[in-house]
Amino acid sequence: MNPALKNTLLFGIVAAMILYTGFTQSWNTALVIVNMGLISAIMALGVNLQWGFAGLFNVGIMGFVALGGLAAVLVGIPATPGAWSAGGWNILSAFIFAIGVVIAVVTVRSRMTPGWPRAGVVLALMIGGFFIYRALFDPGVEAVEAINPALTGNIGGLGIEKGLWVALAWPVGGLFAAAAAWVIGKTALGLRSDYLAIATLGIAEIIIAVLKNEDWLARGVKNVVGLPRPTPYEIDLQNDPAFVERAAGFGMDPVTASTLYVKVAYAGLFAVVLIVLLILAQRALNSPWGRMMRAIRDNEVAAEAMGKDVTARHLQIFVLGSAICGIAGAMMTTLDGQLTPGTYQPLRFTFLVWVMVIVGGSGNNFGAVLGGFLIWFLWVQVEPMGLWLMQVITAGMEDGSPLKSHLIDSAAHMRLFTMGMVLLLVLRFSPRGLIPEK
Amino acid sequence: MDFLNAIIALLNFVVVPAMAYGSQLALGALGVTLIYGILRFSNFAHGDTMAFGAMVTVLFTWLFQSWGISLGPLPTALLALPLGILGCMGLLLATDRVVYRFYREQKAKPVILVIVSLGVTFIMNGIVRFIIGPDDQRFADGERFIVSARTFKELTGLREGLAIKTTQGITVITAVVVVALLFWFLNRTRTGKSMRAYSDNEDLALLSGINPERVVMITWLIVAGLATIAGVLYGLDKSFKPFTYFQLLLPIFASAIVGGLGNPIGAIAGGFVIAFSEVTVTYAWKKVLTYLMPESLEPSGLVQLLSTDYKLAVSFLILLIVLLFKPTGLFKGKAV
Repeated sequence: MNPALKNTLLFGIVAAMILYTGFTQSWNTALVIVNMGLISAIMALGVNLQWGFAGLFNVGIMGFVALGGLAAVLVGIPATPGAWSAGGWNILSAFIFAIGVVIAVVTVRSRMTPGWPRAGVVLALMIGGFFIYRALFDPGVEAVEAINPALTGNIGGLGIEKGLWVALAWPVGGLFAAAAAWVIGKTALGLRSDYLAIATLGIAEIIIAVLKNEDWLARGVKNVVGLPRPTPYEIDLQNDPAFVERAAGFGMDPVTASTLYVKVAYAGLFAVVLIVLLILAQRALNSPWGRMMRAIRDNEVAAEAMGKDVTARHLQIFVLGSAICGIAGAMMTTLDGQLTPGTYQPLRFTFLVWVMVIVGGSGNNFGAVLGGFLIWFLWVQVEPMGLWLMQVITAGMEDGSPLKSHLIDSAAHMRLFTMGMVLLLVLRFSPRGLIPEK
Repeated sequence: MDFLNAIIALLNFVVVPAMAYGSQLALGALGVTLIYGILRFSNFAHGDTMAFGAMVTVLFTWLFQSWGISLGPLPTALLALPLGILGCMGLLLATDRVVYRFYREQKAKPVILVIVSLGVTFIMNGIVRFIIGPDDQRFADGERFIVSARTFKELTGLREGLAIKTTQGITVITAVVVVALLFWFLNRTRTGKSMRAYSDNEDLALLSGINPERVVMITWLIVAGLATIAGVLYGLDKSFKPFTYFQLLLPIFASAIVGGLGNPIGAIAGGFVIAFSEVTVTYAWKKVLTYLMPESLEPSGLVQLLSTDYKLAVSFLILLIVLLFKPTGLFKGKAV
């Protein structure tokens, strides 16, 4: 079978599975899968850029996704009245001061000759700087968090809530993620590959810890809800006579029609983002730059001997890939309409994306997209399947036996197990994935 | 008197907890570092290996408790620990046979093994949650304190009390015993020496007739022991919750890297460096300072450098600093 036909067939199979869900369960469920599938595909594209193109092992995707989510909040919700005058400027000046201290430390380190005096000055700058920073930062935070803590207590954001402008948060999410990636890349790239993995694992946990605890920023675990959306609200559609009439024309009741309409609108927006990114990634892959990246991946020493700056190229692609994950994170938060830092789990947001890339085919953008849809579909459907399996297994047991109820309750944990199995089986028997690199 | 009170407060809130936590980290980091030294990859499944070993121990502990067997003042879990280790050994040997051996024979790149270990993490995590559920489980019993704060105050007449939990005492003692045994094994026995030789230079070790599969098997057995002990001690000290073991991965890796990956002494030192810095940075120093400073200078705030929620950030920062300035760790580790 020629590859093009095989790939079309694979995409067709995934589409058929989603359509089947639509016919047998409900179209809403199917569209939810499509929307998250689109977002997952974008995340997988980002990871594929890092792993497939450059061989960088990033296990901090969760952090970059969460930073994207933060951007959705900071761009979307309006500034809390009085927050900036109460403490916002304090917080901002604390940050500017901190950056100043970091610059001072870096300058001292590069200007002074190494030795005890330099170590002393650096240490004094860091310790002194930290305390002054806290003295600036803490009162600001207290003042901001004191403003109506039950409803806001956060600094708020730009308040861009009109129509498609909401989507502006997505590139901003990419920028946030890129900034974090730059800091990580600067320190951990150029060291052994495992170190990058551990550094990214750490930064992801820390980003989540910051989002959970810095209430002034995005209300922490109190969550920000009711984020603006780029699509119309269901309730407005239901009150719109023209829409109700059109829905009736299709033979649907207005409530179902409005929920479907909103989801289709999201799917359209996400698809546009995915297609744009896919075209860019595809162009990058086939450009001289993409060939250079693969050359570096396959033999760093040889590429370096050819005059390529391996560390700089790694940093570049690490930042780009993370930015794509940030964009996807912002889109996801916009879709959910809320930022809930408590729900970010590495197994769901980091390792699942890895499974997508590897199953789909690392080094192939279409593979990553296919993996995104396929694995997301499995992730959603494994739970009902697991439940069904458990019911079949336990069918012979008498009702109310502790083992039976335990097995049925545990069906939810089948997901992790299944994903691990899928990953290991693919790595073992088809390490190049479903759509291998050309 | 104030000075004494300050020292006791420091001991009670910083030194004792950090010693216990440091021992747990050190045991965990030893496992990571051994795998790194012999099998040459960073094992991301280590946290969940600890969770699995601890889970088997918890299940046996409950069984013993239901039979009415106990160790008196000591926790019953100690009695169940060998069974937990056996269970964990079985799991790790099976994983090696089914999963890792294939890649070893292929001489796969280390990063592939790391990804494979991620898959193993998924599966182990799934198994643990499947068997025991994702919730907190308490399995500690026996005497709660070696020295309780109240007895200490009555004995010494000081205002500050010093409490040492039984679990903390057991943790430190067990860690010392285990580490002593491990070092005796690595430095004095023939098998231990062959392991070190294999870790130093694989080809030379093969030439001198060391059986690599045997070395790998023994490594997994030792790692199973270390992981289960670390997991059980952590569970006794805090509580057993599958997810926290995954989060322990970061401080454990930080300890191993700070000490120098592949270097057992480094792993122990790293464990204590990370534990002490986490505790000191997130401890509110107000109490200690009020004893030490004259009244006019008493601090108004808590004098807490970072809130306890940022514990992870501390281990991460230390990791970054070490990576930036001394990439092979405090004690020279391997850099592949």
